[in-house]
Order: sequence, then C-alpha cells, then structure tokens
Amino acid sequence: MNSKLRRYKICLCQKVLTALLIGATTLYAAEASSQDGKSILRKIDENLSSRNQIAESSMTIHGRRSSRTITAKSWTEGDQKSFTEYLSPASEAGTKMLKLRGQLWIYTPAADRTIQISGHLLRQSVMGSDLSYEDMMDDRKLSDVYDVNITGRDTLDSRDVIILELTANVNDIAYYRQKMWVDSERYIPLKQEMYAKSGQLLKRAEMKNIKRVENRWYPSLVIYKDMLKEGKGTEFRTNTISFDQQIPEHIFSKASLR
Amino acid sequence: MLELKLAFKNLYGSGLRTWLNVTVLSIAFVIILFYNGMLDGWNMQAQRDTIDWEIGSGQLWHPGYDPYDPYTFADAHSSIPPEIATLIERGDAASILLTQATAYPGGRMLNTLIKGIDPNQKILKIPSELLTSDNSDPDYIPAIIGRRFSQSARLKEGDRVLVRWRDSNGTFDAREVTIVSVFQTNVPTADLNQIYIPLERLREMTSMYNEATLVVLSQGAVAPQQYGGWSYRDNDYLLKDLKDIMTAKKGGSTVISGLLLAIALLAIFDTQVLSIFRRQKEIGTYIALGMTRKKVVGLFTIEGTTHSLLAILLGMIWGVPFLLLLQKTGIPMPASADQAGIAIADKITPYYGAGMILTSVILVVLSSLVVSYIPTRRISRMRPTDALRGKIV
Repeated sequence: MNSKLRRYKICLCQKVLTALLIGATTLYAAEASSQDGKSILRKIDENLSSRNQIAESSMTIHGRRSSRTITAKSWTEGDQKSFTEYLSPASEAGTKMLKLRGQLWIYTPAADRTIQISGHLLRQSVMGSDLSYEDMMDDRKLSDVYDVNITGRDTLDSRDVIILELTANVNDIAYYRQKMWVDSERYIPLKQEMYAKSGQLLKRAEMKNIKRVENRWYPSLVIYKDMLKEGKGTEFRTNTISFDQQIPEHIFSKASLR
Repeated sequence: MLELKLAFKNLYGSGLRTWLNVTVLSIAFVIILFYNGMLDGWNMQAQRDTIDWEIGSGQLWHPGYDPYDPYTFADAHSSIPPEIATLIERGDAASILLTQATAYPGGRMLNTLIKGIDPNQKILKIPSELLTSDNSDPDYIPAIIGRRFSQSARLKEGDRVLVRWRDSNGTFDAREVTIVSVFQTNVPTADLNQIYIPLERLREMTSMYNEATLVVLSQGAVAPQQYGGWSYRDNDYLLKDLKDIMTAKKGGSTVISGLLLAIALLAIFDTQVLSIFRRQKEIGTYIALGMTRKKVVGLFTIEGTTHSLLAILLGMIWGVPFLLLLQKTGIPMPASADQAGIAIADKITPYYGAGMILTSVILVVLSSLVVSYIPTRRISRMRPTDALRGKIV
C-alpha cells in the first residue's frame, strides 16, 4: 500500500515538474519572441524615424473615374513638428500644413485663411486619399505603442521576411492590431495590415522600391489601401528625402503658413 | 339699409358683369383657403410626426451635444445623471447614444450615424422592439433602418452590411450588422443615413458603458432644466427649424394669395370706375334728391363690397364640398417631396381652422371694401349740376 502511494506521489511530482518545465519554456519562448520582436520594432523605428527630415513626395489618389497626383515638400522634426507645402496641381499649390505637438493648422491660399484642424476633423481624409490627417500625424514610435510577437517567417517580393503581430498597449490608438511583414535583413516593413478590434482587416500598406538612403533603408513607394471600400488606394511616393538636416526654427511657426 | 337694398338691386341689374367679378373673387377666396389649409395641415402633420418619431415631448442633451455639428458626437457622451436615470427607470424617458460610423454597402463608403436605442422604449415610434434578438451568435448585431436610407444604401431586410466606427478611445472597430427591418417614416431626420441598434450593444461596442448622448422624454415627464450639465430642450426649441420653414412657406403663400386677390380686386376696381363714369347722371340725381355725397360714396362702396359677400357665398357653395373632398382624400405629394429634408407625408390632409377661415373672409371683405372705396372718392368732388348733365368728372 505504501509503495503504491510512493509511486503515485513520484508520478504526480514528475507530472507537475513536466508541466512547470513546459510552462516555463513556453513563457520563456514567448518572452524571448516578444523581446526579439521589440528589438525588430526598434530597428524598424531606427529606419523610419529620424531626428529630422526634408522630403519631396507625390501622392496619387486613385478615384473611381480618374486619378490625381498631388506633390508636396515637407520638413519634419521628430514626432512633434512637421510643415508641408503642396506644390501641385495648381488647385492645391500653396496650401500649407503645420503640425505642432498634436495641433494641426492648414492655410488655404484661395481663401487666404488659416484654419485649425482639431478633434474629429483630424479623422477626415486628406484630400480624398485613403489617409486621414490623424494617420499622417501619428508619428509615435511603433515600439512605444505596440506589444509585438513573432508569428512566422515567409518570403515576400523575393525577400525573406519575419511576420510580426502587433497589439496596442495604449488606449488612444487607431489600430488595435497590426500585422507586419518585415524584411529580415534590412528591417523595413514590406507589408503592413491594420485590423479593427474585432479582427476585421481595415487598411493595408505595401512598401515598394526600398532604397538605401544615407545609412538607412527607406521605402520610396507606399501603397495605402482602405480594405473596406472599392478602389485602387493611394500611392505615396517619396521622390527625395534627406535626414538629419539643419531646419531653421521659423519653418515650424504659424508665420510660415502665409 | 336703403344703401344695401339699392346696392343689391344695382348689382343684380349689372347682370353678367357682377357674376363675372363674383366668380373670379370666389375662385381666389377658395384657393386662398385651400393653400392655407394645405400649409396648416402639413405643419400639423410634420410637427406631430417629428414629435412621434424623433424628439418626443422634449429632450435632455449632453453638454457637448450639438445636432448641427456632427464632429461633437464623438465626445458628447457620458453617464446619465441619477435624476435623469430615475426618469428612464420610470419609463418616462429613453436614452439614446450616438456614434459616427462608416457603412460599406457593396464596397461603397457611406457616412452614417449609429443610434443606440433601448429596444423596450415606447416613447418614439421607431420600431425598436424589432431589435430584441434571441440570436445566440455573440457577433450578431440586429439593426433597423428607414426606407430612405435603405434606398440610398441599396439595403433591404435580411442584408448584412459592414460598419466601421471608433470606440471611446478612438480605436477603430468594424463588424457586420444585420438589417432586421426597414421602417417607413415621414421624418427624414429620423431616417437618412441612420442605423438603429440596441443601446446596450452600442455601449459595449464603443466601451461607453451606461452612457448616453441624449434622453428623449415622454409626454407629461417633468424634467429638470439643467442637471449635471445636461440641458433640457422643449419642443418649441426642437421644432424651431420646422416652424421657421413653415413661416417661410406662409410668406410664400401670402404672395400667391396676394396675387390672386389682386387679380380679383382689379376686376372690382375696374367695375367701380366704370360704374361711376357711366352712372354720373344717377349720382347727380341722388344728390339733387337730397342724398349727401357721403351717402352716395357709401352706396357705391357697399355696392363694390357686396361683390365680396356674394363671392364668399358662392365660394362656400362650390368650395366647401371641394375642400372637404380634398380633406377626405388628402393631397398626394410627389415621391421626391421628402428629399427636401423636412417631414412630409405621402398625402397631406388639409386643415381648415376657424381662425384661418375667418382671417381669409375678413381679408377678402376688407380688401374689396378698400378697392371699392378708392374710385368713389371722385364723387365727393362732383358738382351735382355737372353730374346731372353727365359731364366727366
């Protein structure tokens, strides 16, 4: 009877130990994966974020019947200050946008007025594109606002990619969950999917023409697509970009809007 | 009395000319009644329907809520103050939560307003009881929409449509809602681009637990003017836009009535001028026989004004059955009428109030009195000898 009880106790101990070992291994693996994911996100941030940047870009908005292209030059400092001047077409030329610490002003030359875009106006589309003012303004680093897990590896556009799943760790964020295909060598996302809380796919961004700019990799073409509506999406092309330049402080003042 | 007798005799003697004037004036009179009756009927119906379908017997608004600024909707929500919550518990009020959303029927993008409404409410005519669902699927969201939105979004009963919204923190969420019913209402502001879903479901979807944007009151509910920042809006305030539109319409109707009346009165004016011109010898005789000029002016004025009395009489003979028939059958409105954005039924039932009829009668009589008097002022300047000789004044 005693030997039976002893065997039962040994067996139980073995089972508990095994369970603990498996649990610890899983936790460690998850933690390690999360850690790796975090470091990948930080590398992505290093590629995409900079102290400041000056860029000339064009945005092609594909409508139902026709497409139109808007070109602009922008000056950005960190994630708080940004100034954009639209260069073409003629109807948009001279329109200027200034972002200062969560506030956005737009100057329209036709009306000769500066208006502040605040609150829920920020959620409106920028010039009919698939991007909202908020999308353009949210420059927070991914590693600051998302928890990350590596969910797999794959090949995309002949590049080896790591698949990341990002879950928001802050409340005030537009996309609760994101899925990202990151170039395993260059640490630049090649595809990004934004999901609603319910799991519904909302937007997709595809990064193309990855180029070496100074000491980082940067996508010169990003195709944004609102997945809920029909259409070909919006192409955002960066024609020229330079990082860590000397930008005069007066650029980021309301006086520069006029 | 003599003047009245003479006036009737003279009018009778004028024959066809009198009846022509009377007929034209009676048509103007009946059309004025019809037009004003139609506007009054529309006004009453629109107010009644707006109360029944949208505003109830007054509302309590969240401090941030401004119905003219949809951008306020996202922030206009909070817990209901206890005093207002008591009204809801008693069944004297129903809370509504608003959230801006985007619907994607067939890949198209439509800006919509999701209204969370208590399925058990009885204050508004919105068929919210249809939102009671026994579906076990946790993702099932029943929704009802109005006919206008159903047509513009090309949605019908049983369809599922993807809707995207933001929760209280601004995070996107999207799910399919199932259209369980399409209701018919005369009030476009309770229908256009609006999706009604169960209140608790919307609260859960937006993480706005126990919150509301506005509270609709039932008839007889006594609400505080201000409570916890929420403000009471009575029906005078809530119906102001409708009343302003009706006032503008009334202004338009005054112009039309004025034109119709002017045509009829012009005929009376002409008749008066002609009478005075042709009956100078008669006028001279009256004065020669001892009638004062004032009495002769009175005689001719009464004669002219009598046209209006006869016109009202004639108008009543043919107009009353005609107007009653219209009241019974209603005036059909074109299908596109409700696109104007104000409450309008398929058929308008005219309302002929005693005040409106009396005002129209007084207007017709007084205006014909004035028009009849103006030409007779010449009589007071007439010399009886010249008048007897038929010399033009």
